[in-house]
Amino acid sequence: MTAGNTGVPAREELVLERIDRVRRARPRVREDRITMSHGAGGKATQTLIEAVFLDAFRNPLLEPLEDAAALAIGGGRIAMTTDSYVVSPLFFPGGDIGDLAVNGTVNDLAVAGAEPLYLSAGFILEEGFEVADLMTIAASMQAAAQEAGVQVVTGDTKVVERGKADGCYVNTAGVGVFRHDRALGVASARPGDVILVSGPVGDHGVTIMLARGGLDLEADVRSDTAALNGLAAGLLTAAPGLRAMRDATRGGVATILNEIAAAAGVGIVAAEDDIPVRTEVRGACELLGIDPMYVASEGRLVAVVSPEDAESALAALRAHPLGQDAAIIGTVTGGPPGIVTLRTAFGGTRIVDLLVGDPLPRIC
Amino acid sequence: MCLGIPGEVIEIMPDEPDLARVDVSGVRRVISVALLAGEGLKPGDWVLIHVGFALSRIDEAEAAAALKFLAGIGQAYADELAALAESRIE
Amino acid sequence: MRFVDEFRDAEMARALAAKIVALCEPGREYKLMEVCGGHTHTIYKHGLEDYLPQQITLVHGPGCPVCVIPMGRVDDAMALASEPDVIMTSFGDMMRVPGSNGSFFDAKARGTDIRMVYSPLDSLKIARQNPDRRVVFMAIGFETTAPSTAMTLLRAAADGLANFSVFCNHVTIIPAIKAILDSPDLRLDGFIGPGHVSTVIGCRPYEFVARDYGKPVVVAGFEPLDILQSIYLLMVQLAQGRATVENQYSRVVPWEGNGVALGAIAQTMALRPYFEWRGLGFISQSALRVREEYAAFDAERLFAVPGVRVADPKACQCGEVLKGVLKPWECKVFGTACTPETPIGTCMVSPEGACAAYYNYGRFARQRLAVVSES
Repeated sequence: MTAGNTGVPAREELVLERIDRVRRARPRVREDRITMSHGAGGKATQTLIEAVFLDAFRNPLLEPLEDAAALAIGGGRIAMTTDSYVVSPLFFPGGDIGDLAVNGTVNDLAVAGAEPLYLSAGFILEEGFEVADLMTIAASMQAAAQEAGVQVVTGDTKVVERGKADGCYVNTAGVGVFRHDRALGVASARPGDVILVSGPVGDHGVTIMLARGGLDLEADVRSDTAALNGLAAGLLTAAPGLRAMRDATRGGVATILNEIAAAAGVGIVAAEDDIPVRTEVRGACELLGIDPMYVASEGRLVAVVSPEDAESALAALRAHPLGQDAAIIGTVTGGPPGIVTLRTAFGGTRIVDLLVGDPLPRIC
Repeated sequence: MCLGIPGEVIEIMPDEPDLARVDVSGVRRVISVALLAGEGLKPGDWVLIHVGFALSRIDEAEAAAALKFLAGIGQAYADELAALAESRIE
Repeated sequence: MRFVDEFRDAEMARALAAKIVALCEPGREYKLMEVCGGHTHTIYKHGLEDYLPQQITLVHGPGCPVCVIPMGRVDDAMALASEPDVIMTSFGDMMRVPGSNGSFFDAKARGTDIRMVYSPLDSLKIARQNPDRRVVFMAIGFETTAPSTAMTLLRAAADGLANFSVFCNHVTIIPAIKAILDSPDLRLDGFIGPGHVSTVIGCRPYEFVARDYGKPVVVAGFEPLDILQSIYLLMVQLAQGRATVENQYSRVVPWEGNGVALGAIAQTMALRPYFEWRGLGFISQSALRVREEYAAFDAERLFAVPGVRVADPKACQCGEVLKGVLKPWECKVFGTACTPETPIGTCMVSPEGACAAYYNYGRFARQRLAVVSES
């Protein structure tokens, strides 16, 4: 039996529809304990956020679940964000937990379209942690803050017993101000829009994987942690038709594309060949059997712009030192809604779905 | 199965001839070449790597032959397309 | 990347695809099985099916050594990991495989010391670095991976390591292929042979398929052009009414296999009289165990494992999917009770099990076709 001209048998269609219904059903956390998957930025994380936090705190300001919340205060609009940094190891090629924390917070504000101004920094320290290391982290944070033009204006310190906090955890909150009236958000992506990325992806995630030591791989890969507010400001100016920006952190580019497609109810077609990945990052991913599309960056932004602004947006990115390898990676289509399709380098197509948890190295 | 990746031998470890450092697109790792003992492996050779072991030496001549066959098919196809484009019946 | 990128060329793919179409007899359906999970992965990752005509169906075989490990063995592994001084080491593939009480991942969440390794040699290293703990390596895989475990055992023995052992779950491919061929409800026209298993066992072991069952076998590489070319070679044989074994992956696979590897396996391991394959039932002479001479490194002898046979959940129809009799979406629990997040059976467990592959990539065929036809 075939249905219409899609070549998909009718009975199969029924099964597929049943699956889609199940997927759209209210998210429920099935596990009774937290696993590492819940922190990976993929499906498990999303379900946790929706089923536990959104359910408990439900309010219109939280619902968009963007990187920063846009708040109307005293006649103006500010952006507020929070992040926690639990990276291990604390020090790695290209950075440490300190500049990661500052840049990450700045970036959440920047991609919302706000000008980042002030950060808070809370430290949870493990008994026995070396003070010299703490001073290094603080110095990194100051350097990153100066580079980004923000200040750390308040903070907190706690100490926990030996064995907890992996040395040092950092929590931040960030506040920025909107200098314009534009409402950015992934839900406003529409068919015809163009998707750009500011540079090669996956450097940070691979750096951390290699820095953990268990894999015994040596490669000249460094974290790409960087403050994106300069790039973001440039885009705001160059592209009046800028719909949204996101920074590509855990879950990688693939997760962001899925978030856009789901929020806006659109389809996305991306070209594998156009997504920039450094040679060594690609080599490490091939060796481990991991897809670079799901690997975290910490200094790359993904932007959705109107088709008229695509060229000027690309030029604006490339004019900035952090965006020299910026590229157009895909377009938004009318549908099928929520589906991200990848044209592979080989010329075939495949769907890029959200992963459940972290991409795991495989042998098969 | 399954995940085997081609890599270039950079050096045989001086104290342990069963181990070699290989390079995969700029990423390096020390792997065991014990399964290829007796094949006279040397720097510049390419091997197939699976879970930290070299399973087989990649035969460059065979690789070239395979590509030539594929290119041949590709050329024949391109020729056919060209012929199709040039020919007219009406 | 050398030896990789050249075999991902789209132009050549189009040419091969045209040739494949030309070889299809009008009105005839072709069912080709790719045995190996790695091939399933490549097919989906690169969207290879977009290049094939409707007449050719690729049937996904049982070549996923992770998928076929029965729940009882997973439970045994979890029992080993729960021993107070044990560090369990495992490949990433195993982390989400469910036993009766969850997976390695879940056990890790409860505090069990389970560590992911890239190579069994890394497991040895952990053993050396932790002399007061007992390190167990969860050995899985077909003949591709068995030599690595074998060499690791030999190394452990040579070094006289006192705290390292292997929980051996290696399985062999030929009995699985034979089980498929002997299955009454399956009609296959040819096999895309497992490329990396063949670097170890060579191409001769497949000759019985051509000789006794009259089906062609082409041993294939893992890049998309390799698989397309192998399908082309199979179609040539079918068009000519021939059935032989061919080696498309000759740049890597030696016809006679790897003698050193086979020797290492023979020295350290022996065939079990029978072994249960999840979804396929008991198959004789289909799995390996550690030999008596290396008993000091055999986790099954050093520890008391429950060894309980756990039946697959009733709803599970993996057996039929593994044999290619049922398509994934034809299984009653596919996509509802059984999803990649909540896998019931083997086909959904590993990312390249047939059901997982279909769920993650294939089920969007309708949408993919819509996108492809627009271009």
